[in-house]
Amino acid sequence: MSVTSIEQFYAFCSQKKLMGVKCEECGALYAIPKPLCLKCSSKKLSWVPFKGVGKLASYTIVHIPHPRFQNEAPYILGVIELEESVKLLARIKNVKPEDIKIGMPLKVDFEKSESETWPNWPRYFFKPI
Amino acid sequence: MKVLASIVSAGLSKFGKLDGLYAREIFAEAAKEAFENCPNLNPKKDIEALFIGQMSESYERQGHTGPLMLNWAGLNGISAFRVESACASSSVALRVGVMAIMSGMYNIVMVGGVEKMTHLPTSNNMEILASASDFPFEQWHGATFPSLFALMATAHMNEYGTTEEQMALVAVKNHENALLNPKAHMQKKITVQDVLSSKIVSWPLKLYDCSLISDGASCIILTKPELAKKFTDTPINIIASTQAQDSLNISERESLTTLNSIKLASKEAFKMAGLTPKDIDVAEIHDCFTIAEIIAYEDLGFCAKGFGGKLIEEGETKIGGKIPVNTSGGLKAKGHPVGATGVAQIYEIYLQLISEAGKRQVNGAEIGLTCNIGGSGATATVNILKRGD
Repeated sequence: MSVTSIEQFYAFCSQKKLMGVKCEECGALYAIPKPLCLKCSSKKLSWVPFKGVGKLASYTIVHIPHPRFQNEAPYILGVIELEESVKLLARIKNVKPEDIKIGMPLKVDFEKSESETWPNWPRYFFKPI
Repeated sequence: MKVLASIVSAGLSKFGKLDGLYAREIFAEAAKEAFENCPNLNPKKDIEALFIGQMSESYERQGHTGPLMLNWAGLNGISAFRVESACASSSVALRVGVMAIMSGMYNIVMVGGVEKMTHLPTSNNMEILASASDFPFEQWHGATFPSLFALMATAHMNEYGTTEEQMALVAVKNHENALLNPKAHMQKKITVQDVLSSKIVSWPLKLYDCSLISDGASCIILTKPELAKKFTDTPINIIASTQAQDSLNISERESLTTLNSIKLASKEAFKMAGLTPKDIDVAEIHDCFTIAEIIAYEDLGFCAKGFGGKLIEEGETKIGGKIPVNTSGGLKAKGHPVGATGVAQIYEIYLQLISEAGKRQVNGAEIGLTCNIGGSGATATVNILKRGD
């Protein structure tokens, strides 16, 4: 069992795996890795593979971008409700702004970061199924 | 009902684009007003500690600002505490000040907030402000501050039928109020059409749905209730001061249409004061984006969940309505120097309760409320203030 850390989460992403964290004591699931369970404070957390599919819970079309994304605006940012009943914020790609709808089914994909220095995590994003 | 601490004076700098001034000099403006308004206070002799809210050292490449602000307020030697909680920095500093008074450690303290932002370009401001969100799981994926509130807005529109026009009405109201506030950053009357046709920032939020990047500072003098009358005939009592947190990352929250931190803090505040939302005569609510004011109406209990859009549409939150909100012009038009905002809200309610709010005075205001949030709502504070007898 590896440590449920942010670096490990992104190491899985570079293998194109979306991993979640599960509390071994109370069964709570988390999309964002953490070392202590928010529901029962247990330290016994372990990785579980997530299916990487879900539905769009909300979205926005970002016209004035984060400086890191200067050349990509406008881009779509969404909150995805995963099949495991936890949410994740990510970019939504391969869909035109006019076709995007709350509730639409989505699946995860991954891309490498262009950066050579920290932070250089890969990015997960979602696209229509 | 118990009086936690009493406000005996307050000061606010002009809000706006204050070219050529540094944060410390702007804070001095707020301090001077607070001292001038309280001739019975001998700052050097009476003030025992300073609690200052400031969000970011990135603005002026200046950290360690507790002692700095202390010196520029003409004070030295006493304790200075800097508190950071993003846009809620100074209202959290206020809570620390209240606790310091209640603990018995100090009798008289100064609480303030400051931020100098406008000398940096928008892109730097976007990045500095975004630092209050989750770096590896929000910013890294392209989240900006407007985009986080836009995600809440889209969800609120979808779930409750809230419209872009209703959000625009918040901006129109707050701009109207700012026309009556000489210290407001922007004094410009706008229409719903102006908001709807302004540049898209992060759909559904347009430029006029967003608060202003401003420079400014705020401060108050806080004492033990039994000492208040020594300094003023019109002390304003803090009868509730609460705070609650939620996850930093919006995707980990139970709902995208509710700020649970506001719900928890306000529930506790009303219980502490022995009051209900109906008892509030005037409120300053965190309108960093128009949707934030609408969601706060609901989570504070000024209307039922999902009816925030209707409340603004019916005009109930205008001056003259059932519950006037953001008589100062709010973050939207008075301006939002992030670290100064929490105590600036207190300043406005203080003026309202001592009947010194000029043309924007809410007649007979006796009880006021402030609601300040940090980040996308990971921090919320609620304060209830009441005119002293």
